[in-house]
Amino acid sequence: MEVKPKSACDTCAHFNAAGLKKLGVDTSSFDHVIALAGNPNTGKSTVFNALTGLRQHTGNWPGKTVTRAEGGFEYNNEKYKLVDLPGTYSLLSTSEDEEVARNFILFGKPTVTVIVVDASRLERNLNLVLQILEITDRAVLCLNLMDEAKRNDIEINTRTLARDLGIPVVPASARYNEGIPELIQTISEVANGSIVCKPHRIKNIPKNIEKAVEDLSVEILKEYPDMPNSRWIAFRLLEGDQHIINLLRTGEFEEYIS
Amino acid sequence: MKQKNIDNIIALSNDLRWQIGDEFHDNLAEGIYADAAEIVKVSVHKPNGDNRLRLDAKIDKIITSKTWGFPLMFLILAVVLWLTIVGANYPSSMLAELLLNTIHPALKGYASALGLPWWLDGFLIDGVYMAVAWVIAVMLPPMAIFFPLFTLLEDFGYLPRVAFNLDHLFKLSGAHGKQALTMSMGFGCNAAGVVATRIIDSPRERLIAIITNNFSLCNGRWPTQILIATIFIGATVPASFAGIASLGAVIGVAILGICFMFLTSWALSKTVLKGEVSTFNLELPPYRPPRFWKTIYTSIIDRTLIVLWRAIVFAAPAGAVIWLISNIHIGDLSIAAWMIDSFDGFGFLFGLNGVILVAYIVAIPANEIVIPTILMLTVLVTGISGGAGAGVMFELDSANATGEILRAGGWTLLTAVNLMLFSLLHNPCSTTIYTIYKETKSVRWTVVASILPVIMGFVVTFLVAQVWRLFA
Repeated sequence: MEVKPKSACDTCAHFNAAGLKKLGVDTSSFDHVIALAGNPNTGKSTVFNALTGLRQHTGNWPGKTVTRAEGGFEYNNEKYKLVDLPGTYSLLSTSEDEEVARNFILFGKPTVTVIVVDASRLERNLNLVLQILEITDRAVLCLNLMDEAKRNDIEINTRTLARDLGIPVVPASARYNEGIPELIQTISEVANGSIVCKPHRIKNIPKNIEKAVEDLSVEILKEYPDMPNSRWIAFRLLEGDQHIINLLRTGEFEEYIS
Repeated sequence: MKQKNIDNIIALSNDLRWQIGDEFHDNLAEGIYADAAEIVKVSVHKPNGDNRLRLDAKIDKIITSKTWGFPLMFLILAVVLWLTIVGANYPSSMLAELLLNTIHPALKGYASALGLPWWLDGFLIDGVYMAVAWVIAVMLPPMAIFFPLFTLLEDFGYLPRVAFNLDHLFKLSGAHGKQALTMSMGFGCNAAGVVATRIIDSPRERLIAIITNNFSLCNGRWPTQILIATIFIGATVPASFAGIASLGAVIGVAILGICFMFLTSWALSKTVLKGEVSTFNLELPPYRPPRFWKTIYTSIIDRTLIVLWRAIVFAAPAGAVIWLISNIHIGDLSIAAWMIDSFDGFGFLFGLNGVILVAYIVAIPANEIVIPTILMLTVLVTGISGGAGAGVMFELDSANATGEILRAGGWTLLTAVNLMLFSLLHNPCSTTIYTIYKETKSVRWTVVASILPVIMGFVVTFLVAQVWRLFA
């Protein structure tokens, strides 16, 4: 059943196939934490399996991953822990799965967040992508289900997409193991800082909101100089997210990380 | 000091919230969508216009249509069940041949060569080994067929459409639309169905789905239904219609189970599990050609083997108990005979008999061993020839031979009908009970889920028996 990566990357100097070791569930010690996020039914679990060599059950219906799954792989002598988050359409509401995903990306401090999207439904998927890019600085877009997009005559310019989003974009068909070597290489480059992301920030916001977010953000940074995502915290405070308010009060971010 | 600053931040956020008004959420969402549209405009091209999903839409129009949705659903269910039942016959009989007719005598041979005392050899080989062998022979082939078929349908994208079709009915009964998925899963195995309820967020609706999963006739019970229907229902019509009549009876029982599921869901949601039906978005995923071999591999590893292992763990002690009660004598009767005697009158009330009730009590761990146990116990108490000795479960090659033994044990058409009903409506097997406890972490709900179906089973069989006797 082991499918050999067929891509040209396999033979390319950039991808070091010999340096890849799928570690399955062994996540004992690791150098980097990678979060796997995305809309439901975009193939996150398939990507997860392709990366870790695990065979977590995948299925063609939304909401299949109910608990957080973890796995690992080793690439170029560095160990990566991969966390498969429940699929969500957004991070703005209060349902339980969104909270798990949101809190992990916010406080779990993943080294890199891989956002898996359905290439044939990119516009709808970007809603979540743009929200995640508000939270984190280091992300990779995995443009999955490229086979389906091709079947539906959809062409995507990955270069302009990467430029607009400010993060690397890797086209893939995880079901056929296509694009996975490139994805691993890109993850490692972002993790090691050889690719620096300049994530897109939401632009079409009314001036008054933008101003409020800025003011609040400044205050938050005064109190928590290390807060990497003060802008998002400001969004949540304006939203009146009781969870975040409580967290600020108690200062117990760590509790929500695990 | 720190506390004060945080209060300041929160106060500031409250002020700002007042200033920007309550359209914040909508404004933000709109902003995100506007950004997304801009990005897509630059990077995504559809040279042939937006023709995607045209085929999907066509398929959906049929599959989710008001006219064809339900018939198609029943047809697919019937085909899956038919493939499972028919396809499992051959590997099942091969496994039975190997495990029961070859390995069992060989083990007995070794045991006597080693000079094991008769009780140890009986306890281990006739009791524990036979129960495990039965479970594997009866359970493994249908599961190895059903679960991959189910997973292929899932991969193809059909299951969410089933949920879509049934959503209205589930809403009427106060349950969650995704219960359609867990219910379908229950046709393979109730324990697997109970685990699958994790996809339901609301605890209230999840409990309803867990409690009513047992009304999906699991594959441990299909063989019972089919055998009894073949022997007794098929015999009531001319021979040429026997096959259709018995298949119809079995499907009828399965549909009756679905009706009970809706009824119970409705009753629960109106009484102890009151509450609003939660709304949910279920995106109908695109149809995808399933990856055949990969799907089969993962579904066998993920579902079949795990479920089978659990069943074996529970069946082994049951085999030991069955052997013990048939071989330990109090006075001149074995414990089994005593139990059957004392349950006979009670069983009569429900159109059943003592043998059936005792079989269901000792075979709680696995429905698969109910029929072999019934046969063994019938032979034990009637003293007719056949079988392999006290406490040794067996099944006969032909339905006719089985029918003769059962009729000699006093079985009538009523006994058969009520056994089929009771097989549908009785407590879940112990694997499922254990799974329910693990999923709910509540003794109370585990007890409710276990007792409720038995009570319904007794009520239904009692009514059927009384009405039957009134008119027959």
